[in-house]
Amino acid sequence: MDLSTTYMGLKLKSPLMPGASPLTADLGSLRQMEDHGAGAVVLHSLFEEQLTHEQKELHHYMMQGTEGFAESLSYFPDIDSFKLGPEEYLEHIRKAKESLTIPVIASLNGVTRGGWIDFARQIEQAGADGLELNVYFIPTNPDLTGGEVEAIYLNILAAVKSFVQIPVAVKLSPFFSSLPNMAHKLDGMGANALVLFNRFYQPDFDLEEMEVKPRVRLSRPGGNLMSLRWIAILYGHIKASMAATTGIHTAEDVIKSVLAGADATQLCSVLLQLGVREVSTILDGMKKWMDAHDYESVAQMKGVMSQKSVAEPAAFERANYMKALQSYK
Amino acid sequence: MARKMVTIDGNEAAAYVAYRLSEVVAIYPITPSSPMGEHSDAWGAVNKKNLWGTVPHVCEMQSEGGAAGAVHGALQTGALTTTFTASQGLLLMIPNMYKIAGELTPTVFHVTARTLATHALSIFGDHGDVMAVRQTGWAMLAAGSVQEVMDFALISNAATLRSRVPVVHFFDGFRTSHEVMKIEALSEDDMRAMIDDELVRAHRARALSPDRPVLRGTAQNPDVFFQARETCNKYYDAAPAIFQAEMDKFAKIVGRQYHLFDYVGAPDAERVVVVMGSGAEVAREAIEHMVAKGQKVGAVIVRLFRPFSVKHFVQALPKTVKGIAVLDRTKEPGAIGEPLYQDIIAALEESMGEGSCPLSSMPKVVGGRYGLSSKEFTPAMVKAVLDNLSAASPKNHFTVGINDDVTHLSLDYDAGVDTEADDVVRCLFYGLGSDGTVGANKNSIKIIGEDTDNWAQGYFVYDSKKAGSVTVSHLRFGPRPIHSSYLISRAKFIGCHNWTFLEKVDMLTNALPGAVFLLNSPFDQSEVWDKLPRRVQEQIIEKKLKFYAIDAIKVAGEAGMGQRINTVMQTCFFAISGVLPRDKAIEHIKAAIKKTYGAKGDKIVQMNYAAVDSTLASLHEIKVPAKATSTIELPPVVSPEAPEYVRNVTAKMIAGEGDSLPVSAFPVDGTFDTATSQWEKRNIAIEIPVWDSSICIQCGKCSIACPHAAIRMKAYDKAELAGAPATFKSVAYKGKEFGPDKVFTLQVAPEDCTGCGVCVEVCPVKNKTDVSKKAINMEPQLPLRETERENYKFFLGLPDNDRTVIDLTTVKGSQLCRPLFEYSGACAGCGETPYVKLLTQLFGDRAIIGNATGCSSIYGGNLPTTPYAKDANGRGPAWCNSLFEDNAEFGMGYRLTLDKFAQYSRELLQKMADQVGETLVSEILNADQTNEQALAAQRARVAELKKKLTQINSPDAMNLLSLADHLVKKSVWILGGDGWAYDIGYGGLDHVLASGRNVNILVLDTEVYSNTGGQMSKSTPRGAVAKFAQAGKPMPKKNLALIAMSYGYVYVATVALGANDSQVVRAFQEAESYDGPSLIIAYAHCIAHGINMKTGFSHQKAAVESGHFPLLRYNPRLMEEGKNPLKLDSRPARIPISDYAYSETRYKMLTKSQPEAAAKLIELAQRDADNRWKFYEQMAELNYSHASENGVNKG
Repeated sequence: MDLSTTYMGLKLKSPLMPGASPLTADLGSLRQMEDHGAGAVVLHSLFEEQLTHEQKELHHYMMQGTEGFAESLSYFPDIDSFKLGPEEYLEHIRKAKESLTIPVIASLNGVTRGGWIDFARQIEQAGADGLELNVYFIPTNPDLTGGEVEAIYLNILAAVKSFVQIPVAVKLSPFFSSLPNMAHKLDGMGANALVLFNRFYQPDFDLEEMEVKPRVRLSRPGGNLMSLRWIAILYGHIKASMAATTGIHTAEDVIKSVLAGADATQLCSVLLQLGVREVSTILDGMKKWMDAHDYESVAQMKGVMSQKSVAEPAAFERANYMKALQSYK
Repeated sequence: MARKMVTIDGNEAAAYVAYRLSEVVAIYPITPSSPMGEHSDAWGAVNKKNLWGTVPHVCEMQSEGGAAGAVHGALQTGALTTTFTASQGLLLMIPNMYKIAGELTPTVFHVTARTLATHALSIFGDHGDVMAVRQTGWAMLAAGSVQEVMDFALISNAATLRSRVPVVHFFDGFRTSHEVMKIEALSEDDMRAMIDDELVRAHRARALSPDRPVLRGTAQNPDVFFQARETCNKYYDAAPAIFQAEMDKFAKIVGRQYHLFDYVGAPDAERVVVVMGSGAEVAREAIEHMVAKGQKVGAVIVRLFRPFSVKHFVQALPKTVKGIAVLDRTKEPGAIGEPLYQDIIAALEESMGEGSCPLSSMPKVVGGRYGLSSKEFTPAMVKAVLDNLSAASPKNHFTVGINDDVTHLSLDYDAGVDTEADDVVRCLFYGLGSDGTVGANKNSIKIIGEDTDNWAQGYFVYDSKKAGSVTVSHLRFGPRPIHSSYLISRAKFIGCHNWTFLEKVDMLTNALPGAVFLLNSPFDQSEVWDKLPRRVQEQIIEKKLKFYAIDAIKVAGEAGMGQRINTVMQTCFFAISGVLPRDKAIEHIKAAIKKTYGAKGDKIVQMNYAAVDSTLASLHEIKVPAKATSTIELPPVVSPEAPEYVRNVTAKMIAGEGDSLPVSAFPVDGTFDTATSQWEKRNIAIEIPVWDSSICIQCGKCSIACPHAAIRMKAYDKAELAGAPATFKSVAYKGKEFGPDKVFTLQVAPEDCTGCGVCVEVCPVKNKTDVSKKAINMEPQLPLRETERENYKFFLGLPDNDRTVIDLTTVKGSQLCRPLFEYSGACAGCGETPYVKLLTQLFGDRAIIGNATGCSSIYGGNLPTTPYAKDANGRGPAWCNSLFEDNAEFGMGYRLTLDKFAQYSRELLQKMADQVGETLVSEILNADQTNEQALAAQRARVAELKKKLTQINSPDAMNLLSLADHLVKKSVWILGGDGWAYDIGYGGLDHVLASGRNVNILVLDTEVYSNTGGQMSKSTPRGAVAKFAQAGKPMPKKNLALIAMSYGYVYVATVALGANDSQVVRAFQEAESYDGPSLIIAYAHCIAHGINMKTGFSHQKAAVESGHFPLLRYNPRLMEEGKNPLKLDSRPARIPISDYAYSETRYKMLTKSQPEAAAKLIELAQRDADNRWKFYEQMAELNYSHASENGVNKG
């Protein structure tokens, strides 16, 4: 049975790809992921804003109250060097590459043009096999048009692509007026893969404190239906690879994604909840299903239930919505 | 290795050599020597090697006494060892110094000479400390400038190895230790050439070793001790020549020639001064000036004070000398004269007697004191001293630099004497502590010193307050080495970096005619002139100043730098002063920015670059009109309503004119009135809290949290509102204890608030219609200042709440009590002061406080004003600071007296029962004093007693009258920080706890030496970065509470206001009421934690919720009831340690400097917390039912 797949030009021994999470920040976990059969890993994200914020914060608090009172002209030792740039992250890539044989995909998160290019180049130099761009952008300005928002994504991709040779994936939100058009544009701009979809952490209200507080909610099994639909719709229409993410918890979820046309699937919440060992559980489940359903390879499965292939393409369109409502009754 | 020019301060110059020539460095922080230890520790942390290619061991000890012991031990086992200290620290080393010298052990202690605490503490410089060790048998070598510090550090090391006489290498605290100067750095080749490795090995060979065992440190008896003590004589006889030989060797290698006594001045001088330390630099400048004018004067600069070489001294004197004035920077009351004076007299007498003196006759010798506690010492004063020698009867035992209008010992001097050359550029910069002015000026000095041919000097004067502090930078540069070791009073450039200073500081009085004045102005260039106070306008016109202005806050803000205007003002300075071509200057500024901030990331560098680039476009020269037109007058320093002393004396200190006060202005014994901080209206808050009476629930949380007692609350009769200002707010009081229909006001002290915002953070009430607002909200101070000033005045006039009906066990109750600790100089948002304030609210009218040296003694007792206050009856805390190390014992001394006097007064009362009346006596003797009503009743009885006693004429009556107040229970409080309680004072603290005496010990636990700038203490948590723990503290925080609990009869509480304020109030009440020793360990957030001080209370909460700082009360009284005395007041950890820790820079920075170490230490810290909690839980579960049967020993 051949579980291998090709994702953004990289040969993966399986379509299971632990996505960016605190787990991929840990070298030990990364090794276990490989041991349990992961095809590639996506490292935790390097947050451009976080780096800037940390620099400003450290500077501010180390300088606070200094040079004002004769006995305490400073409050901290004078340390010559801090790793406040991406050094720590780059070192992590290097170590991950040394430890793993599977592809290591780095992840870069930001909103401004600022650090993208430099960071991307350094990530490539550190040995990453691929780069996933996570454009974390929430438009709040009513004057900003959808086209302008799209341009932000496209400009960043263009800038990064012109500076690095490694394959570049774009992690997208589902919130585009015409997702296929956006996917086409990114595809045309040279994106090597699209990752569908990222989950913005949503703000929540604390009703006791009457404050807005971010809340991290992990995805649930079967929460992959949105990506399933859009991968199925996009399959065959773009050159770029596709990875399904969000709500992939079980072998069934992975199988469905591949059948929709995904080249790889990202696992995140399930590993945080159940542990890295879950990679092999899912893989075993896949094998059983493939065996039972006479599939010999992942390649054979890929896209067989995409919109292009299914008997009822309209199922992915509005009619499907009506059907769903009726079935609920 | 070639030598290079460096621009560094005296401390770094000393440490530079000391570190390289040491194998072991034992350190302990004390101002102003701390930076030497800090440099050494920092170098050790990055594995910087010494001269022999190995990294010295740098070890912080628990006190200077401990450091000296460790040094002694390291020396005895053969290591090249050093330490750094000053003042009280040096005193603590004395016992070991005798030993080290007695054993002829080579070592050098580098000492920043600092004032000893007498009538007051002072962190500043004089020779009081070093003079207190002149009898220990150590050589004493005095450096007078930063260059000499580096040179003498090497010479003293070479000489001690050769002579075997240990050396105190000293230089003046602050004036030299903190003066930044361009000097030639010695190379390691120089050091190798000076240090004889054979002597190093000889030292090692004398060391203790079980491989060649010897015994040192015997006890000797009358038969032999004396003879044995005399065996060292030949070493002391030989030492001066050895020092001179090393100086000569140094001259050959390096080129700078020093002598044991250097002479400067006319070869045919008739009048000379003898002086040592930085004063010698001043003397040199004055003498050169006077000699150039044809005067026959000179100065003998004493380098080697001990062993004192009579021969070398007299040889340094010109044969023509007729009069000598000896200047001592110390005071020895009761002595014939100060030490150097006595030595000079003795030296002359001896050499005259022996016939070895080159002088033909005994000159007239007078002695005098100068420069105590860094009092300015100027060429004008040197001239006055020399002029005194010309008098027919020169004044002896004089003082210079002050106006002694009591004993009339001071010499008059002409402050107009100017000895500085015109080509020396002198600049003054007035900055706000937080704006980065000093840092930028240090950079400017480096740029000028290292990138031009100029010589450069920088000296910085700081504030006595930690919030809103004013700094003054004194910068000189010029074509020749600078010897002017005194402040600038005639400046060619004055920079005012904060507009509000124009109303507070008369800075232009220091401007030379035609000088440049650069002002950071929030106003547009067209408005600047009209906004200036009249006095400033007049000075600008009168002195024909060139006037420039820039809105630096705006430029810095736009560059993302907030209030840090340093780079902007620095760029202006270079642009206007023309010291470098503009392009070149900007290039150097940017290079300095890169060097300074590069370690903290490119973003900071880029922000500063942006500020530099946008500065010049915003810098404008302001056209100066011919006439002053302003109607803005400078406000009075203090209110005309202030007491006379405050108006006449304190106000001068506040205005920065304390130097002008005469001796008669001061109390003879250091005793000052309390409650004077109320007169110092600092107006440093940009925003102040404003009360929303409509939604306030009157909980008191804002008030209890306010670090400066600038939020007050009172409940009172509505009738009191008559005459209230129009904007005065009040609402119905939500409480019944004062009777029905009372009204309530929460009032802010607008001019005393520091604007920290803690009150808003802790307010639990949200506005239902606008959740961004609370029941107290920050608003700009300026528009509110006038109205709120009136409101606050009216509020203070309302009667204080009746303590006898307030529930003092609640937060709200405590806050209805008047704070007797107010408006201190603590940091904005301080985590310590709310505890101190609470103490005064609960017990202030009968509290006597012993305060360990540290933050709490500085904000508690640093002049000009005193924050401890009095209630309407004139009662309030009595406060004294003894030392750092002895505070527990000091406080116990209070208790001993109070107990004795209570007993004695009761004895007298019984004895006088017939005269006083049996009933009254019985009532007094049997009075309950456990609550406020009872205390009030007892006070009334004692008042009646005193009245009766005044009518009885007998010794007993008079004695009882003087003691009667002791019949009312007093509350002894022993306050200090963790540096005291966990480290230097721990031995005493332990003893006092063990004593069983009724004292209350409040440890303000910031987990670091806050006052001296953030050095590690044993309270510092594992994984936190501090000075001396650059790689994160490897060991866990000492569990002082557990140690104290182990006695079984000590009341112990750990408290954190931000986590549980009710528990704090309960703990204070329980501790105070416990008739035995009580220990309260209060978690105090601190600026040294690297946090937003506004959110300090949330950090306290996180410390508790993570299990880092569990709350507990251990109440031995419960054992009497058969109950477990331990009660855990916090719950098991709800968040991991890392969640709490990584919200604070002190922990987080380690993840950015040493991520792997950080990960390991935080894991261990989590384990510490887990284990501690498990242990406490089990301890709290123990069955104590047997305790009631056996009774409890309270000591």
